[in-house]
Amino acid sequence: MIRHVIPRAVGKLLIPLIMLFALYVQFHGDYGPGGGFQAGVIFGAGIILYALLFGLDRARRVFRPRVLQIFISLGVLLYGSVGIAAMLKGGDFLNYSVLAHDPVHGQHLGILLVELGVGITVAAVMATIFFLFAGWRREASDG
Amino acid sequence: MAELAGLIHYWVVIVLMMIGLYTVISKGNLVKKVIGLNIFQVSVIMFFVSMGKVRGGTAPIFAEGIEIYSNPVPHVLMLTAIVVAVATTAFALGLIVRIRDAYGTIEEDEIGLIETAAGPGGEIAPVEAQAEAEAGPEADSDEDSESATQAGPDAGGAS
Amino acid sequence: MVVHIVLFIFLAAVAVAVVRLRDLFAAVMLAGIFSLLSATLFTVMDAVDVAFTEAAVGAGISTILMLGTLALTVRREKPEYNRPRPLALLAVLFTGAVLVYGTLDMPRYGDPEAPIHHYMAPRFIEDSPVEIGIPNEVTSVLASYRGYDTWGETTVIFTAAIGVILLLGGSPGVRRRLRHASDGTLPGDDA
Repeated sequence: MIRHVIPRAVGKLLIPLIMLFALYVQFHGDYGPGGGFQAGVIFGAGIILYALLFGLDRARRVFRPRVLQIFISLGVLLYGSVGIAAMLKGGDFLNYSVLAHDPVHGQHLGILLVELGVGITVAAVMATIFFLFAGWRREASDG
Repeated sequence: MAELAGLIHYWVVIVLMMIGLYTVISKGNLVKKVIGLNIFQVSVIMFFVSMGKVRGGTAPIFAEGIEIYSNPVPHVLMLTAIVVAVATTAFALGLIVRIRDAYGTIEEDEIGLIETAAGPGGEIAPVEAQAEAEAGPEADSDEDSESATQAGPDAGGAS
Repeated sequence: MVVHIVLFIFLAAVAVAVVRLRDLFAAVMLAGIFSLLSATLFTVMDAVDVAFTEAAVGAGISTILMLGTLALTVRREKPEYNRPRPLALLAVLFTGAVLVYGTLDMPRYGDPEAPIHHYMAPRFIEDSPVEIGIPNEVTSVLASYRGYDTWGETTVIFTAAIGVILLLGGSPGVRRRLRHASDGTLPGDDA
Protein backbone atom coordinates (compact mmCIF):
# COMPACT_ATOMS: atom_id res chain seq x y z
CA MET A 1 0.00 0.00 0.00
CA ILE A 2 1.34 3.39 -0.90
CA ARG A 3 1.93 5.62 2.07
CA HIS A 4 0.16 8.94 2.27
CA VAL A 5 -2.35 8.21 -0.46
CA ILE A 6 -4.68 11.09 0.28
CA PRO A 7 -2.04 13.81 0.67
CA ARG A 8 -0.35 12.63 -2.52
CA ALA A 9 -3.57 12.65 -4.51
CA VAL A 10 -4.48 16.09 -3.25
CA GLY A 11 -0.91 17.23 -3.80
CA LYS A 12 -1.00 16.20 -7.42
CA LEU A 13 -4.00 18.46 -7.86
CA LEU A 14 -2.74 21.34 -5.80
CA ILE A 15 0.95 21.65 -6.65
CA PRO A 16 0.37 22.75 -10.26
CA LEU A 17 -2.20 25.24 -8.99
CA ILE A 18 0.28 26.55 -6.45
CA MET A 19 2.87 27.09 -9.15
CA LEU A 20 0.31 28.73 -11.39
CA PHE A 21 -0.67 31.01 -8.55
CA ALA A 22 2.98 31.88 -8.05
CA LEU A 23 3.23 32.92 -11.69
CA TYR A 24 0.04 34.93 -11.33
CA VAL A 25 1.41 36.78 -8.31
CA GLN A 26 4.67 37.40 -10.16
CA PHE A 27 3.15 39.00 -13.22
CA HIS A 28 0.26 40.77 -11.49
CA GLY A 29 2.54 42.42 -9.00
CA ASP A 30 2.03 45.58 -11.00
CA TYR A 31 -1.73 45.66 -10.50
CA GLY A 32 -2.25 44.28 -7.05
CA PRO A 33 -0.28 43.09 -4.08
CA GLY A 34 2.48 40.79 -5.14
CA GLY A 35 5.72 40.96 -6.98
CA GLY A 36 8.91 39.03 -7.31
CA PHE A 37 9.62 38.10 -3.74
CA GLN A 38 6.15 36.83 -2.85
CA ALA A 39 5.98 34.83 -6.08
CA GLY A 40 9.37 33.27 -5.46
CA VAL A 41 8.40 32.21 -1.95
CA ILE A 42 5.14 30.66 -3.16
CA PHE A 43 6.90 28.76 -5.94
CA GLY A 44 9.53 27.57 -3.49
CA ALA A 45 6.77 26.44 -1.16
CA GLY A 46 5.29 24.41 -4.00
CA ILE A 47 8.64 22.70 -4.56
CA ILE A 48 8.96 22.05 -0.82
CA LEU A 49 5.45 20.56 -0.74
CA TYR A 50 6.39 18.23 -3.55
CA ALA A 51 9.50 17.15 -1.65
CA LEU A 52 7.47 16.58 1.52
CA LEU A 53 4.83 14.48 -0.19
CA PHE A 54 6.83 12.45 -2.65
CA GLY A 55 10.17 12.08 -0.93
CA LEU A 56 13.40 13.98 -1.17
CA ASP A 57 15.02 11.67 -3.74
CA ARG A 58 12.20 12.03 -6.21
CA ALA A 59 12.10 15.78 -5.69
CA ARG A 60 15.85 15.97 -6.27
CA ARG A 61 15.41 14.16 -9.56
CA VAL A 62 12.70 16.58 -10.69
CA PHE A 63 14.41 19.74 -9.43
CA ARG A 64 18.08 18.99 -9.71
CA PRO A 65 20.20 20.80 -7.11
CA ARG A 66 22.78 21.79 -9.71
CA VAL A 67 20.13 23.37 -11.90
CA LEU A 68 18.68 25.17 -8.86
CA GLN A 69 22.08 26.57 -8.06
CA ILE A 70 22.36 27.87 -11.61
CA PHE A 71 18.95 29.50 -11.23
CA ILE A 72 20.03 31.22 -8.01
CA SER A 73 22.81 32.99 -9.86
CA LEU A 74 20.67 33.53 -12.94
CA GLY A 75 18.19 35.74 -11.13
CA VAL A 76 20.83 38.00 -9.65
CA LEU A 77 22.58 38.19 -13.03
CA LEU A 78 19.32 39.11 -14.73
CA TYR A 79 18.83 41.98 -12.33
CA GLY A 80 22.37 43.22 -12.85
CA SER A 81 22.11 42.80 -16.61
CA VAL A 82 19.09 45.07 -16.74
CA GLY A 83 21.13 47.70 -14.97
CA ILE A 84 24.10 47.24 -17.27
CA ALA A 85 21.85 47.31 -20.33
CA ALA A 86 20.48 50.62 -19.13
CA MET A 87 24.02 51.93 -18.87
CA LEU A 88 24.88 50.66 -22.33
CA LYS A 89 21.91 52.52 -23.73
CA GLY A 90 23.16 55.77 -22.31
CA GLY A 91 21.38 56.12 -18.98
CA ASP A 92 22.48 55.51 -15.42
CA PHE A 93 22.67 52.12 -13.77
CA LEU A 94 19.13 50.76 -13.31
CA ASN A 95 17.52 53.72 -15.05
CA TYR A 96 14.79 51.89 -16.90
CA SER A 97 13.52 54.85 -18.86
CA VAL A 98 16.12 54.39 -21.59
CA LEU A 99 15.38 50.71 -22.19
CA ALA A 100 12.58 51.19 -24.73
CA HIS A 101 11.40 53.78 -27.20
CA ASP A 102 9.26 55.48 -24.56
CA PRO A 103 10.10 56.09 -20.87
CA VAL A 104 6.87 54.54 -19.58
CA HIS A 105 7.37 51.42 -21.68
CA GLY A 106 10.96 51.33 -20.58
CA GLN A 107 9.86 51.38 -16.95
CA HIS A 108 7.36 48.58 -17.58
CA LEU A 109 10.00 46.44 -19.27
CA GLY A 110 12.57 47.14 -16.60
CA ILE A 111 10.24 46.37 -13.72
CA LEU A 112 9.06 43.16 -15.40
CA LEU A 113 12.58 41.85 -15.92
CA VAL A 114 13.78 42.91 -12.51
CA GLU A 115 10.90 41.29 -10.68
CA LEU A 116 11.43 38.15 -12.76
CA GLY A 117 15.03 38.05 -11.63
CA VAL A 118 14.05 38.43 -7.98
CA GLY A 119 11.39 35.73 -8.31
CA ILE A 120 13.73 33.23 -9.94
CA THR A 121 16.42 33.75 -7.32
CA VAL A 122 14.08 33.54 -4.35
CA ALA A 123 12.32 30.38 -5.57
CA ALA A 124 15.61 28.60 -6.21
CA VAL A 125 17.03 29.77 -2.87
CA MET A 126 14.07 28.48 -0.87
CA ALA A 127 14.14 25.12 -2.61
CA THR A 128 17.93 24.78 -2.25
CA ILE A 129 17.94 25.61 1.44
CA PHE A 130 15.14 23.14 2.11
CA PHE A 131 16.88 20.37 0.15
CA LEU A 132 20.07 21.00 2.13
CA PHE A 133 18.29 20.85 5.49
CA ALA A 134 16.33 17.76 4.56
CA GLY A 135 19.29 15.94 3.09
CA TRP A 136 21.67 16.41 6.00
CA ARG A 137 21.97 12.89 7.30
CA ARG A 138 23.66 11.98 10.52
CA GLU A 139 25.53 8.97 11.84
CA ALA A 140 23.52 5.97 12.92
CA SER A 141 25.30 6.14 16.27
CA ASP A 142 23.41 9.33 16.95
CA GLY A 143 20.82 9.27 19.73
CA MET B 1 -5.50 61.23 27.79
CA ALA B 2 -7.03 61.15 24.37
CA GLU B 3 -3.73 61.98 22.78
CA LEU B 4 -2.10 59.03 24.54
CA ALA B 5 -4.65 56.74 22.86
CA GLY B 6 -2.85 57.32 19.58
CA LEU B 7 0.33 55.95 21.11
CA ILE B 8 -1.13 52.60 22.23
CA HIS B 9 -0.06 50.99 18.97
CA TYR B 10 3.56 51.89 19.52
CA TRP B 11 3.50 50.75 23.14
CA VAL B 12 2.07 47.36 22.34
CA VAL B 13 4.70 46.91 19.64
CA ILE B 14 7.38 47.87 22.19
CA VAL B 15 6.01 45.23 24.57
CA LEU B 16 6.29 42.62 21.82
CA MET B 17 9.80 43.79 21.00
CA MET B 18 10.83 43.41 24.61
CA ILE B 19 9.36 39.92 24.85
CA GLY B 20 11.42 38.95 21.82
CA LEU B 21 14.53 40.63 23.24
CA TYR B 22 14.09 38.85 26.57
CA THR B 23 13.88 35.53 24.77
CA VAL B 24 17.11 36.24 22.91
CA ILE B 25 19.18 37.29 25.89
CA SER B 26 17.91 35.00 28.62
CA LYS B 27 17.08 31.65 27.09
CA GLY B 28 19.92 29.19 26.68
CA ASN B 29 18.55 27.10 23.86
CA LEU B 30 19.79 28.31 20.49
CA VAL B 31 16.59 27.52 18.61
CA LYS B 32 14.62 29.49 21.20
CA LYS B 33 16.95 32.41 20.60
CA VAL B 34 16.28 32.28 16.88
CA ILE B 35 12.53 32.22 17.51
CA GLY B 36 12.87 35.19 19.85
CA LEU B 37 14.88 37.03 17.21
CA ASN B 38 12.07 36.38 14.72
CA ILE B 39 9.52 37.83 17.14
CA PHE B 40 11.72 40.88 17.59
CA GLN B 41 12.08 41.37 13.86
CA VAL B 42 8.34 41.08 13.20
CA SER B 43 7.64 43.60 15.96
CA VAL B 44 10.05 46.10 14.43
CA ILE B 45 8.32 45.65 11.08
CA MET B 46 4.97 46.24 12.79
CA PHE B 47 6.38 49.45 14.26
CA PHE B 48 7.39 50.85 10.91
CA VAL B 49 4.19 49.81 9.18
CA SER B 50 2.07 51.45 11.87
CA MET B 51 4.01 54.67 11.28
CA GLY B 52 2.99 54.59 7.64
CA LYS B 53 -0.73 54.34 8.16
CA VAL B 54 -2.79 57.40 7.31
CA ARG B 55 -6.21 57.81 8.88
CA GLY B 56 -8.88 57.42 6.23
CA GLY B 57 -6.38 56.11 3.74
CA THR B 58 -6.35 52.83 1.95
CA ALA B 59 -3.77 50.43 0.55
CA PRO B 60 -1.29 52.20 -1.72
CA ILE B 61 -2.65 50.77 -4.96
CA PHE B 62 -3.77 53.39 -7.38
CA ALA B 63 -7.47 53.26 -8.24
CA GLU B 64 -9.87 55.79 -9.67
CA GLY B 65 -11.74 57.82 -7.12
CA ILE B 66 -9.50 57.27 -4.12
CA GLU B 67 -7.86 60.36 -2.75
CA ILE B 68 -5.94 59.31 0.33
CA TYR B 69 -3.40 56.50 0.30
CA SER B 70 -1.28 55.10 3.06
CA ASN B 71 2.40 55.81 2.76
CA PRO B 72 4.11 53.23 0.53
CA VAL B 73 7.69 53.97 1.58
CA PRO B 74 7.68 52.07 4.91
CA HIS B 75 6.08 49.11 3.14
CA VAL B 76 8.92 48.97 0.66
CA LEU B 77 11.57 49.18 3.37
CA MET B 78 9.83 46.52 5.40
CA LEU B 79 9.68 44.15 2.43
CA THR B 80 13.46 44.28 2.32
CA ALA B 81 13.57 43.82 6.09
CA ILE B 82 11.49 40.65 5.85
CA VAL B 83 13.83 39.28 3.20
CA VAL B 84 16.86 40.00 5.36
CA ALA B 85 15.10 38.40 8.35
CA VAL B 86 14.46 35.15 6.53
CA ALA B 87 18.01 35.13 5.16
CA THR B 88 19.53 35.48 8.62
CA THR B 89 17.11 32.94 10.09
CA ALA B 90 18.03 30.34 7.47
CA PHE B 91 21.74 30.92 8.01
CA ALA B 92 21.40 30.84 11.82
CA LEU B 93 19.52 27.54 11.64
CA GLY B 94 22.23 26.08 9.43
CA LEU B 95 24.81 27.14 12.01
CA ILE B 96 22.75 25.52 14.78
CA VAL B 97 22.72 22.20 12.91
CA ARG B 98 26.50 22.32 12.58
CA ILE B 99 26.93 23.32 16.24
CA ARG B 100 24.82 20.35 17.24
CA ASP B 101 27.03 18.07 15.23
CA ALA B 102 30.21 19.53 16.64
CA TYR B 103 29.26 19.84 20.32
CA GLY B 104 26.41 17.39 20.77
CA THR B 105 24.16 19.99 22.31
CA ILE B 106 22.45 23.24 21.47
CA GLU B 107 22.27 24.62 24.98
CA GLU B 108 24.49 27.61 25.29
CA ASP B 109 25.58 26.75 28.86
CA GLU B 110 26.63 23.25 27.92
CA ILE B 111 28.68 24.57 25.04
CA GLY B 112 30.40 26.88 27.49
CA LEU B 113 31.12 23.92 29.78
CA ILE B 114 32.60 21.97 26.93
CA GLU B 115 34.77 24.89 25.95
CA THR B 116 36.06 25.47 29.47
CA ALA B 117 36.49 21.77 30.28
CA ALA B 118 39.03 21.47 27.53
CA GLY B 119 41.10 24.03 29.37
CA PRO B 120 43.10 26.89 27.91
CA GLY B 121 44.72 25.99 24.65
CA GLY B 122 42.29 23.17 23.93
CA GLU B 123 41.10 22.93 20.37
CA ILE B 124 37.82 21.98 18.85
CA ALA B 125 37.87 18.69 16.99
CA PRO B 126 36.35 19.77 13.74
CA VAL B 127 33.56 17.92 12.05
CA GLU B 128 35.07 16.15 9.08
CA ALA B 129 33.52 14.88 5.97
CA GLN B 130 34.45 11.36 5.16
CA ALA B 131 35.80 12.55 1.86
CA GLU B 132 38.29 14.81 3.65
CA ALA B 133 39.35 12.24 6.23
CA GLU B 134 42.69 11.71 4.56
CA ALA B 135 43.61 15.33 5.11
CA GLY B 136 44.13 14.62 8.80
CA PRO B 137 43.22 17.72 10.76
CA GLU B 138 45.82 19.34 12.95
CA ALA B 139 43.76 18.59 16.07
CA ASP B 140 44.49 14.94 15.64
CA SER B 141 47.92 15.12 17.22
CA ASP B 142 46.55 16.88 20.30
CA GLU B 143 43.79 14.36 20.78
CA ASP B 144 46.33 11.83 22.06
CA SER B 145 47.23 13.98 25.02
CA GLU B 146 43.61 13.98 26.19
CA SER B 147 42.46 10.73 27.71
CA ALA B 148 39.30 10.82 25.66
CA THR B 149 37.64 8.13 23.66
CA GLN B 150 36.67 8.64 20.10
CA ALA B 151 33.00 8.88 19.20
CA GLY B 152 33.25 6.71 16.16
CA PRO B 153 35.71 4.76 14.10
CA ASP B 154 38.68 6.83 13.17
CA ALA B 155 38.57 6.90 9.42
CA GLY B 156 41.89 8.69 9.22
CA GLY B 157 43.61 6.04 11.23
CA ALA B 158 46.38 8.51 11.95
CA SER B 159 46.31 8.19 15.71
CA MET C 1 -10.04 49.63 16.43
CA VAL C 2 -11.58 46.61 18.13
CA VAL C 3 -9.83 44.41 15.60
CA HIS C 4 -6.52 46.01 16.50
CA ILE C 5 -7.02 45.42 20.21
CA VAL C 6 -8.06 41.79 19.76
CA LEU C 7 -5.09 41.10 17.50
CA PHE C 8 -2.71 42.78 19.93
CA ILE C 9 -3.98 40.67 22.81
CA PHE C 10 -3.55 37.49 20.80
CA LEU C 11 -0.08 38.52 19.65
CA ALA C 12 1.06 39.27 23.19
CA ALA C 13 -0.37 36.00 24.49
CA VAL C 14 1.32 33.99 21.74
CA ALA C 15 4.64 35.75 22.32
CA VAL C 16 4.57 35.08 26.06
CA ALA C 17 3.65 31.44 25.40
CA VAL C 18 6.58 31.08 23.01
CA VAL C 19 8.95 32.30 25.72
CA ARG C 20 7.60 29.98 28.38
CA LEU C 21 7.20 26.76 26.42
CA ARG C 22 9.85 24.12 26.77
CA ASP C 23 8.66 21.92 23.95
CA LEU C 24 10.39 23.41 20.93
CA PHE C 25 7.97 21.90 18.43
CA ALA C 26 5.07 23.75 20.06
CA ALA C 27 7.17 26.92 20.21
CA VAL C 28 7.86 26.74 16.47
CA MET C 29 4.16 26.22 15.72
CA LEU C 30 3.29 29.22 17.87
CA ALA C 31 5.89 31.28 16.07
CA GLY C 32 4.10 30.41 12.82
CA ILE C 33 0.82 31.53 14.37
CA PHE C 34 2.51 34.73 15.48
CA SER C 35 3.52 35.41 11.89
CA LEU C 36 0.00 34.79 10.62
CA LEU C 37 -1.54 37.08 13.23
CA SER C 38 0.95 39.79 12.39
CA ALA C 39 0.08 39.35 8.71
CA THR C 40 -3.56 39.98 9.63
CA LEU C 41 -2.52 43.07 11.55
CA PHE C 42 -0.58 44.33 8.55
CA THR C 43 -3.65 43.93 6.36
CA VAL C 44 -5.71 45.93 8.83
CA MET C 45 -3.02 48.61 8.72
CA ASP C 46 -3.28 48.82 4.89
CA ALA C 47 0.08 47.17 4.25
CA VAL C 48 -1.12 44.46 1.89
CA ASP C 49 2.24 43.71 0.24
CA VAL C 50 3.95 43.38 3.60
CA ALA C 51 1.14 41.13 4.84
CA PHE C 52 1.45 38.90 1.78
CA THR C 53 5.18 38.57 2.23
CA GLU C 54 5.01 38.02 5.98
CA ALA C 55 2.36 35.31 5.65
CA ALA C 56 4.30 33.50 2.94
CA VAL C 57 7.70 33.83 4.58
CA GLY C 58 6.94 33.69 8.28
CA ALA C 59 4.26 31.04 8.33
CA GLY C 60 5.75 29.09 5.44
CA ILE C 61 9.50 29.15 5.03
CA SER C 62 10.60 30.02 8.57
CA THR C 63 8.37 27.35 10.10
CA ILE C 64 9.59 24.69 7.67
CA LEU C 65 13.25 25.52 8.25
CA MET C 66 12.84 25.53 12.02
CA LEU C 67 11.06 22.18 11.90
CA GLY C 68 13.89 20.85 9.77
CA THR C 69 16.37 22.09 12.36
CA LEU C 70 14.38 20.44 15.15
CA ALA C 71 14.43 17.18 13.25
CA LEU C 72 18.21 17.45 13.05
CA THR C 73 18.79 18.56 16.64
CA VAL C 74 16.74 18.31 19.82
CA ARG C 75 13.03 18.62 20.49
CA ARG C 76 12.94 19.95 24.00
CA GLU C 77 14.66 22.68 25.86
CA LYS C 78 16.61 21.57 28.89
CA PRO C 79 15.00 22.94 32.05
CA GLU C 80 18.09 22.90 34.22
CA TYR C 81 19.51 25.85 32.30
CA ASN C 82 16.39 27.96 32.76
CA ARG C 83 17.00 29.57 36.09
CA PRO C 84 15.33 32.98 36.40
CA ARG C 85 17.55 35.82 35.30
CA PRO C 86 16.53 39.04 37.00
CA LEU C 87 19.30 41.05 35.41
CA ALA C 88 18.04 40.26 31.93
CA LEU C 89 14.50 41.17 32.94
CA LEU C 90 15.74 44.42 34.40
CA ALA C 91 17.68 45.30 31.27
CA VAL C 92 14.67 44.52 29.09
CA LEU C 93 12.31 46.60 31.27
CA PHE C 94 14.74 49.50 31.25
CA THR C 95 15.04 49.36 27.45
CA GLY C 96 11.28 49.17 27.13
CA ALA C 97 10.82 52.16 29.41
CA VAL C 98 13.34 54.22 27.46
CA LEU C 99 11.61 53.32 24.19
CA VAL C 100 8.21 54.26 25.59
CA TYR C 101 9.66 57.56 26.71
CA GLY C 102 10.95 58.02 23.17
CA THR C 103 7.55 57.47 21.64
CA LEU C 104 5.99 60.31 23.59
CA ASP C 105 7.29 62.73 20.98
CA MET C 106 6.12 60.73 18.03
CA PRO C 107 3.15 61.68 15.85
CA ARG C 108 0.00 59.82 16.78
CA TYR C 109 -1.11 56.73 14.93
CA GLY C 110 -2.74 57.61 11.61
CA ASP C 111 -1.88 61.29 11.76
CA PRO C 112 -1.84 62.64 8.20
CA GLU C 113 0.37 65.55 9.24
CA ALA C 114 3.24 63.37 10.34
CA PRO C 115 6.60 64.36 8.82
CA ILE C 116 6.97 60.93 7.26
CA HIS C 117 4.17 61.75 4.83
CA HIS C 118 5.63 65.01 3.61
CA TYR C 119 9.01 64.28 2.17
CA MET C 120 9.17 61.65 -0.55
CA ALA C 121 5.79 59.94 -0.24
CA PRO C 122 3.67 62.61 -2.00
CA ARG C 123 6.11 62.62 -4.90
CA PHE C 124 5.94 58.84 -5.19
CA ILE C 125 2.16 58.72 -4.88
CA GLU C 126 1.55 61.47 -7.43
CA ASP C 127 4.26 60.72 -9.96
CA SER C 128 4.08 56.94 -9.99
CA PRO C 129 0.93 56.61 -12.15
CA VAL C 130 2.35 59.22 -14.54
CA GLU C 131 6.02 58.31 -14.81
CA ILE C 132 5.80 54.56 -14.41
CA GLY C 133 2.20 53.80 -15.16
CA ILE C 134 1.57 50.82 -12.92
CA PRO C 135 -1.13 50.95 -10.26
CA ASN C 136 0.77 49.23 -7.43
CA GLU C 137 2.78 52.02 -5.88
CA VAL C 138 4.73 49.67 -3.63
CA THR C 139 6.05 47.75 -6.64
CA SER C 140 6.92 50.92 -8.48
CA VAL C 141 8.82 52.28 -5.49
CA LEU C 142 10.45 48.92 -4.83
CA ALA C 143 11.57 48.15 -8.35
CA SER C 144 12.10 51.55 -9.87
CA TYR C 145 12.48 54.44 -7.45
CA ARG C 146 14.43 52.39 -4.94
CA GLY C 147 15.77 49.76 -7.29
CA TYR C 148 19.20 49.84 -5.68
CA ASP C 149 17.76 48.61 -2.39
CA THR C 150 16.09 45.70 -4.15
CA TRP C 151 19.33 44.89 -5.91
CA GLY C 152 21.04 44.70 -2.53
CA GLU C 153 18.19 42.62 -1.12
CA THR C 154 18.54 40.10 -3.94
CA THR C 155 22.25 39.91 -3.25
CA VAL C 156 21.51 39.32 0.45
CA ILE C 157 19.28 36.36 -0.25
CA PHE C 158 21.88 35.05 -2.72
CA THR C 159 24.54 35.33 -0.01
CA ALA C 160 22.35 33.49 2.49
CA ALA C 161 21.94 30.67 -0.02
CA ILE C 162 25.69 30.50 -0.52
CA GLY C 163 26.20 30.48 3.23
CA VAL C 164 23.81 27.61 3.78
CA ILE C 165 25.34 25.70 0.87
CA LEU C 166 28.76 26.11 2.47
CA LEU C 167 27.47 25.03 5.87
CA LEU C 168 25.25 22.13 4.91
CA GLY C 169 26.47 21.22 1.47
CA GLY C 170 29.06 18.68 2.52
CA SER C 171 28.74 15.03 1.79
CA PRO C 172 26.06 13.20 3.76
CA GLY C 173 27.04 10.91 6.55
CA VAL C 174 29.40 13.35 8.16
CA ARG C 175 31.46 11.87 10.88
CA ARG C 176 31.08 13.62 14.19
CA ARG C 177 33.85 14.18 16.63
CA LEU C 178 32.89 15.66 19.90
CA ARG C 179 34.82 17.67 22.37
CA HIS C 180 35.05 15.58 25.47
CA ALA C 181 35.53 16.76 29.00
CA SER C 182 38.85 15.81 30.53
CA ASP C 183 37.30 12.84 32.32
CA GLY C 184 35.98 11.37 29.12
CA THR C 185 32.27 11.94 29.62
CA LEU C 186 29.96 13.66 27.20
CA PRO C 187 28.01 16.64 28.50
CA GLY C 188 24.64 15.07 27.84
CA ASP C 189 25.47 11.72 29.43
CA ASP C 190 23.64 12.01 32.68
CA ALA C 191 20.75 14.10 31.43
